[in-house]
Amino acid sequence: MTGSYDLLIVGVGGQGTILASNIIGEACLSEGRTVRSAETHGMSQRGGSVETHIRIDGKYGPLISPGTADLIISFDLLEAVRYSHFLKKGGVIVSGKDIVVPTSTFQQGLEVPSRESLEEMLSGTECYIIDAVSAALEAGNMLSQNIVMLGAASHPLPVKPGSLLEVVKKLVPPKTVEINSKAFEIGVREGKKQP
Amino acid sequence: MAVRYMLGNEAIAHACVEAGIDFASGYPGTPSSEVVDTLRRQKVRDFYIEWSVNEKVAFENALGAAWTGVRSLVTMKHVGLNVAADPLMTSAYTGVKGGFIILSADDPYAHSSQNEQDSRVYAHFARIPCLDPAGVQEAHDMMAAAFSLSEEFSLPVLFRPTTRVCHSKSDVELGEPADDRRKGIFEKDPKQYVVIPAHTRILHKKLNEKQAALAKRLVELGFNRYEIKGKTGIITSGIASEYVNEIVPGDVSVAKIGAYPIDEEWLAGFVSKHETILVVEECAPVVEEVVRQVACGTVVHGKKDGCVPYEGELDPASTAAAFEKAGIPYNGEFPEDISPAEGLPPRPPILCAGCGHRATFYAMKKVFGNKGIYPSDIGCYTLGLQLGAVDTTICMGASITIGSGISNAGDENPVVCTIGDSTFLHTGIQGLINAAYNGANMTVVILDNRITAMTGHQPNPNTGVTAMGDPSPAISLEALCRTCGVSFVETIDPYDYVTMIETFKRAKETAGVKVIISRQPCVIDARRRGIKRKHYFVDTETCTGCGVCVKYGCPAIEFIDGKASINSLCSGCGVCADICPQGAIRPEVKR
Ligand code: SF4
Ligand code: SF4
Repeated sequence: MTGSYDLLIVGVGGQGTILASNIIGEACLSEGRTVRSAETHGMSQRGGSVETHIRIDGKYGPLISPGTADLIISFDLLEAVRYSHFLKKGGVIVSGKDIVVPTSTFQQGLEVPSRESLEEMLSGTECYIIDAVSAALEAGNMLSQNIVMLGAASHPLPVKPGSLLEVVKKLVPPKTVEINSKAFEIGVREGKKQP
Repeated sequence: MAVRYMLGNEAIAHACVEAGIDFASGYPGTPSSEVVDTLRRQKVRDFYIEWSVNEKVAFENALGAAWTGVRSLVTMKHVGLNVAADPLMTSAYTGVKGGFIILSADDPYAHSSQNEQDSRVYAHFARIPCLDPAGVQEAHDMMAAAFSLSEEFSLPVLFRPTTRVCHSKSDVELGEPADDRRKGIFEKDPKQYVVIPAHTRILHKKLNEKQAALAKRLVELGFNRYEIKGKTGIITSGIASEYVNEIVPGDVSVAKIGAYPIDEEWLAGFVSKHETILVVEECAPVVEEVVRQVACGTVVHGKKDGCVPYEGELDPASTAAAFEKAGIPYNGEFPEDISPAEGLPPRPPILCAGCGHRATFYAMKKVFGNKGIYPSDIGCYTLGLQLGAVDTTICMGASITIGSGISNAGDENPVVCTIGDSTFLHTGIQGLINAAYNGANMTVVILDNRITAMTGHQPNPNTGVTAMGDPSPAISLEALCRTCGVSFVETIDPYDYVTMIETFKRAKETAGVKVIISRQPCVIDARRRGIKRKHYFVDTETCTGCGVCVKYGCPAIEFIDGKASINSLCSGCGVCADICPQGAIRPEVKR
């Protein structure tokens, strides 16, 4: 066996999934551990569904196979369901509670699944749903939702929260260090509240 | 030595700097674009870098540089290598003086490409070495070695990472940047550089004579290596070898092919010691074909007997499935029968809010209707497929040529093709010359957002800055098109819906080749340059919920409780206000 801790970060292009994955990668490096990741690229600016695979303590290829991920961090409830088949038995999902409605639904008149039905679809797994918007607003900026999610996911993540926070401070724009540090702490608090 | 968490393409670029690169050119295309993008942003080494108009041009520029004795790199993706195939074949004959690396990134699964072709086949065809890295660290280390290999054999070296190497990240150990500089000096040697038949016949023989020593050297360098553990063996290459290492049991031998040509004697030495061999590789069965040639008495499994798929990319689970089919045990558990949740609305990539392409497509369809034939090209605007305004896409520059072919074949429906500015300069222009000269009847819409947007906003000769950000006179598309022999050349603003409709109507009524240049900077680029516009909003009193604006497909327009509504993504292009039949959409006024 590989012994790596495998996680997926998923969301919609433009939500900051890549920054979140960079923070985890750098945090691993600061702890002297190996890490491999693979991201969908190129189309990410264009509102499509995006996924990043991360393998902490990974030594082999960056790809995670369906049914084998330890953790899924999702910035959007719909995307959490879309990628939930990647989770292994006993794995954990940490998801934002909101949905960015896909434009395709308006153009093609498709039904948008309700939040309740999506939560229902996730009910078989250990799933923490975070109100990232309120938490980000509490921190002082809507745009810090990705850092909130990272804080919330720091409970299952096998990386020290302190290492993550140090990298957050290093990687976010200098002007936003304070807001993002706060967002991280609020995320940690919100993650802890979960059952 | 420093350890950094880096993208494969960044690590490759860093390795070039360590190897003392002096010249880099390329045409952007995912998954290779970040190599030159990283080189042009780095500050440690000062050398010549350009984005060229197409891969053939980029190739020939870098080849010329290598002939002067400097170390040069040309980057492209697999399909771009087709464009550069002409000089590629002959450059193997002329050889090089300074190290010359052709980076051609392959895209198994066609994540963002029109096919899944295998660049290793081109290297074999041209008889030049090919290096096939398995991960980020190896891509870095191999690139550093590639320049010396190229100089040792005076041959171009094809460097072939795949998407999962280019676009994956890993902790990677870097070396020190080189500080020596070479100055290019061309020494005349017509016997080497003028490929008239008399010279070519000799050069071809010399190229063939290099092969055996080259194959041996690749083994010596450790690019091709094996370890014998039992009677069953796996032979693998590129990133597939990572998936193999992840699941292979301790008593199964593994041979890793990291470079081509493969030394057949060496390979036979491995194969003959086993009863069963499984070949695991992505794309074409390049390794498998050689293995089958040297295997006598050993059972060989791979793509040809259906154990490994011909299409798509591999991952640990599909590699385990290949082991299972070949009757070889593996480590790890990969649950079967896993299916994704059903009934979810898809979320494909779409044109951005306020993108000028969407408005152009919309107006174009309004005028030319469902009978219009819409050949298109390679770029963001291929997403016009979702608006029903893209009927064909085959390769860079082919919208105009396919369109003129359809028109000259006698189809009487209006032919309206779309092509981006970068693609037009890449290979569209030749098609325009041809269409105008040969009397096609068609409208060519140049979707001019002044940048190569899809691959990450690289400048082109229409942008007005070079790769290094130095200002340079932008070419005039209008003058260029007129010079090609087109008299109907009109420029429109895609945010001006009324004029757009009027111009398309005039084009429809005019015979011959018409060019309409629809110009508005890419919204992402405009935002970065600080251009701000007022947001728009829907007056819910006036809105009847007819849905016209929602069908337009701007991601900023939503439908909530039977009425339209505009969200924060709005970039203020104002086109929805023009198409709303009720006049319910208006710019926001700040009080
Ligand atoms: S003005 Fe209308 S079409 Fe333009 S970006 Fe805003 S919502 Fe979209
Ligand atoms: S086009 Fe105008 S009237 Fe129709 S739904 Fe959109 S805003 Fe409402």
